[in-house]
Amino acid sequence: MLDTKKIGSVMVVGGGVTGMQTALDLADSGYYVYLVEKSGAIGGAMAQLDKTFPTNDCSM
Amino acid sequence: MECGRHLNIQLLTLSEVSAISGEAGNFTVTVKESPRYVDPDKCIACGACTDKCPKKVDNEYDAEAGKRKAIYVKYAQAVPLKYQIDPNSCIRLKKPGACGFCEQVCDAGAILFDDTEKTHEINVGAVVLAPGFEVYDPTDAKVWGYGVFPNVITSMQLERYLAASGPTEGHLVRPSDGKPVHKIAFLQCIGSRDENLCGNGYCSSVCCMYAIKEAVIAKDHVPGLSASIFYMDMRTHGKDFDQYMERAKNDSGVRFVRCRVNGVETDGVEGDLRLSYVNDDGRQIEESYDLVVLSVGLQTPKHVLELAQNAGIKLTADNFAATSDFSPVQTSQQGIFTCGAFAGPKDIPQCVVEGSAAAASVAELLAPARFELSTEVEFPDEREVADEDPRVGVFVCHCGSNIAGVVDVEAVEKYAATLPDVVYVERNLFSCSQDTQDMLTQTIREKKLNRIVIAACTPRTHEPLFRETLKAAGLNEYLVEMANIRNHNSWVHSSTPKAATAKANDLVRMAVAKVLLNKALRPIAVGITQTGLVIGGGVAGMTAALNIAKQGFPVHLVERTDVLGGNARDLKHTWSGEHIPTALANLVKLVSENTKISIHKNAEVTAVEGFVGNFRSTITGLNKSKIVIEHGAGIVATGGEPYVPTEYNFDSIPRVVTAIQFDKLYELNETHVKQAENLVFIQCVGSREKGNMYCSKVCCTHSVQSAIALKKENPNRNIYILYRDMRTYGQRESLYREARKLGVIFINYELHEKPKVTETGSDIEVEVMDHVLHRPMTLKADMVILATAIRPRKDASTLGKLYKVPVDSDGFFQEAHVKLKPVDFSTDGMFVAGMAHYPKPVEESVTQALAASARAVTLLSKTEVALDAIKATVDKEFCDGCALCIDVCPYHAITLKEETAEDGSENKYILINKAQCKGCGLCQGTCPKRGVYVAGFTMPQIKAQISAALAA
Repeated sequence: MLDTKKIGSVMVVGGGVTGMQTALDLADSGYYVYLVEKSGAIGGAMAQLDKTFPTNDCSM
Repeated sequence: MECGRHLNIQLLTLSEVSAISGEAGNFTVTVKESPRYVDPDKCIACGACTDKCPKKVDNEYDAEAGKRKAIYVKYAQAVPLKYQIDPNSCIRLKKPGACGFCEQVCDAGAILFDDTEKTHEINVGAVVLAPGFEVYDPTDAKVWGYGVFPNVITSMQLERYLAASGPTEGHLVRPSDGKPVHKIAFLQCIGSRDENLCGNGYCSSVCCMYAIKEAVIAKDHVPGLSASIFYMDMRTHGKDFDQYMERAKNDSGVRFVRCRVNGVETDGVEGDLRLSYVNDDGRQIEESYDLVVLSVGLQTPKHVLELAQNAGIKLTADNFAATSDFSPVQTSQQGIFTCGAFAGPKDIPQCVVEGSAAAASVAELLAPARFELSTEVEFPDEREVADEDPRVGVFVCHCGSNIAGVVDVEAVEKYAATLPDVVYVERNLFSCSQDTQDMLTQTIREKKLNRIVIAACTPRTHEPLFRETLKAAGLNEYLVEMANIRNHNSWVHSSTPKAATAKANDLVRMAVAKVLLNKALRPIAVGITQTGLVIGGGVAGMTAALNIAKQGFPVHLVERTDVLGGNARDLKHTWSGEHIPTALANLVKLVSENTKISIHKNAEVTAVEGFVGNFRSTITGLNKSKIVIEHGAGIVATGGEPYVPTEYNFDSIPRVVTAIQFDKLYELNETHVKQAENLVFIQCVGSREKGNMYCSKVCCTHSVQSAIALKKENPNRNIYILYRDMRTYGQRESLYREARKLGVIFINYELHEKPKVTETGSDIEVEVMDHVLHRPMTLKADMVILATAIRPRKDASTLGKLYKVPVDSDGFFQEAHVKLKPVDFSTDGMFVAGMAHYPKPVEESVTQALAASARAVTLLSKTEVALDAIKATVDKEFCDGCALCIDVCPYHAITLKEETAEDGSENKYILINKAQCKGCGLCQGTCPKRGVYVAGFTMPQIKAQISAALAA
């Protein structure tokens, strides 16, 4: 593996709250990210939630 | 939204991975992109197509509780906000030549009926699998009546019914007849902890909390609503969760019933539902409800299992990605990482933490290639406009029909042209579309505009875009103002178009008045010391320090004692059976050998100066020796402390021991333990009671694990676990199952009937209320093991004050946002990990430490950080140092400066730390003397806006 030239890009599969966090942290620290999402828009399950504990903030 | 606009993130929607080849550091991934049938470069999301589309189908976004069209956008705030056609329901795609209304009404010409599937081969250094979960479908388990009785719904459907954007716009009514709901029941563990009906033996970890939340919100929506939650164990093991449950019980009046409901039947009256269950007294009870909500669990979808197979990664028995406790985001394939619900069922904060942890592990692998493929945009030099006469350009957006359908945009255009200093006005179908942006750049140059007003939508989402456009045109980005004639106008005044047009004129006039006073502002650049500081040398601290070092940055690790390892030195096994001492020794070795890590033992942080990117922390070591460390970011990983019990005669009976003490005796093969035939574990010692209303999270699993080992060693032993709620959450449930199979006896006790431990001669007796027989039962015990709480460190708030980071009411460090910033502090540049944040098992401390490291490296990887120029500024001529603003500043950005002038007069004024200031303007609003103002929102600017508003 030492010989492998490392590529500075990353593929994140899944555009929910988890994948988005990974993508943002990597993109903010010097990597190019491909964010692959199965549906037509990112957001995942959290975007379906009305409000979240404990602040009852809107999920958006 | 941030993801959608990030220069270094490319979104591939409607896409799936079909193959992965190569090795860690260099993979080729094949991605299949399904056709959208809408050109995303042309679609401006006006919604005309959806209005016309004649085909309605169930909406998966509403968990099938509502309808959508065949051409649709997933949800109103979707990113990318582009429509798509569902080929399974579109009339035209199924029958060429038919329908096609959407194509006729699309002014942008974005409909692409002949769109095709595309295949992309993408070269990447690492792959992160975060494909998530699906909710369990209760249709097949017929006993719940789901799919048969319309008033039996899933928790996800209820979530949509409660949402203002949902199918009933937030009104809670019975799906069967639209009648109001008076009595609602939640059934827990549907599709979880149930090997018979669904095959999912694990606990889904999130359902108890979401059921409480939904019950509380439902009660808010419907005054007088009765809400009952039927459960086996309430698993509210996360931070502040128990307090929330207590509030739900005592303040909101949610009823909690401990039992497993057998099934749901119809109750004769149309739509009503009958539940039958056996209560505490052993009686069969029947109750009638309007609405039954199934708290459905999480499971790995079939397409994800296929993805796992394509990636060649191992899964657990419960079909989640298999990982090790000390490398919790690493799959069985080097270079392929995992996080989120695919790595085991978990809640949002834990998902976000794992998301960051995966980023940390990827960055460790790809550290040599950092900045090789990332890009930065370059802008032309800025034109100096301060000496020019104002030349305002106004751009009025139609937003398709969103604005133009209500507001007379031509009238607004004409009116804008009459305003002072406005030299150019035009209308755009969509000011935000890519081609309009290009045109705007050109117009600004050609017409020599030096102030821009965009009359369109909200600056919250679109101002960054227009600022970029100004930069591209060589204009300072702060010379733009937006007039929100959509959200604040056409959307809310759609029934009164004339008045809406008049209001649009007012808003444009106000924006023009303000923009005339806008000045070119420079973003503030703050240099960053590319060194980290980690406080605490336990598992969390060492993991964070090691990751920062392996990513290539120097890091200081400060440990209070003379030894690394922290609380983990007392632990033997993780829940999955990994040997902690071995892993810990390895971690200590790696940390000690890494040349980028400077270890400071017997040392504590005693003073702190500075701010994000530029902290200076003073460390005091032995003999009061002091060192000052300069660092750009810091991680607090100071851990917790074991609670020393006073209850259950712990002080007076030697064979009443804590779990940690017991583990040591067990390991030493001590005679008392070896010969013990009767052992009683008591849970929640010091947890979940007044004054400490939190769950220590690890104790249930710990006791069950010990019980299994004891029972396996000698099956004739009598082992009792006295518990309140058995919280073997997630895949730990397999341990609880195993313990019961081995014959460990679990006895539930209530807080008001705690067990009593007494010594009579050589015997210990434990008295506990038997809930089946309704009378006290006495257990003889050779040893009693107390599952004692984890407490916050007593000196947490002392350290907290140094870095201006808060602790919560329990004494643990408080993160910036429970859900979305779970390892960040509200003080920029500071992060938290491990038990300093909340009690947690080793593997979660490791995950959180990696996450904190990833967050810290987003700073450490840069040499400087650019901050928005909208900041408070002191006007020393007027500021007299009254300090009123210091109290109201929520970001602790203001300090008082006192100095003595040469003539001996006292001089007082405030200093503002621009790195900490967020430009909220509270100081400006509070200041009685105009001694402080926020750039971009000065008093003259606001006054000009107000005068313009009143000038009509």
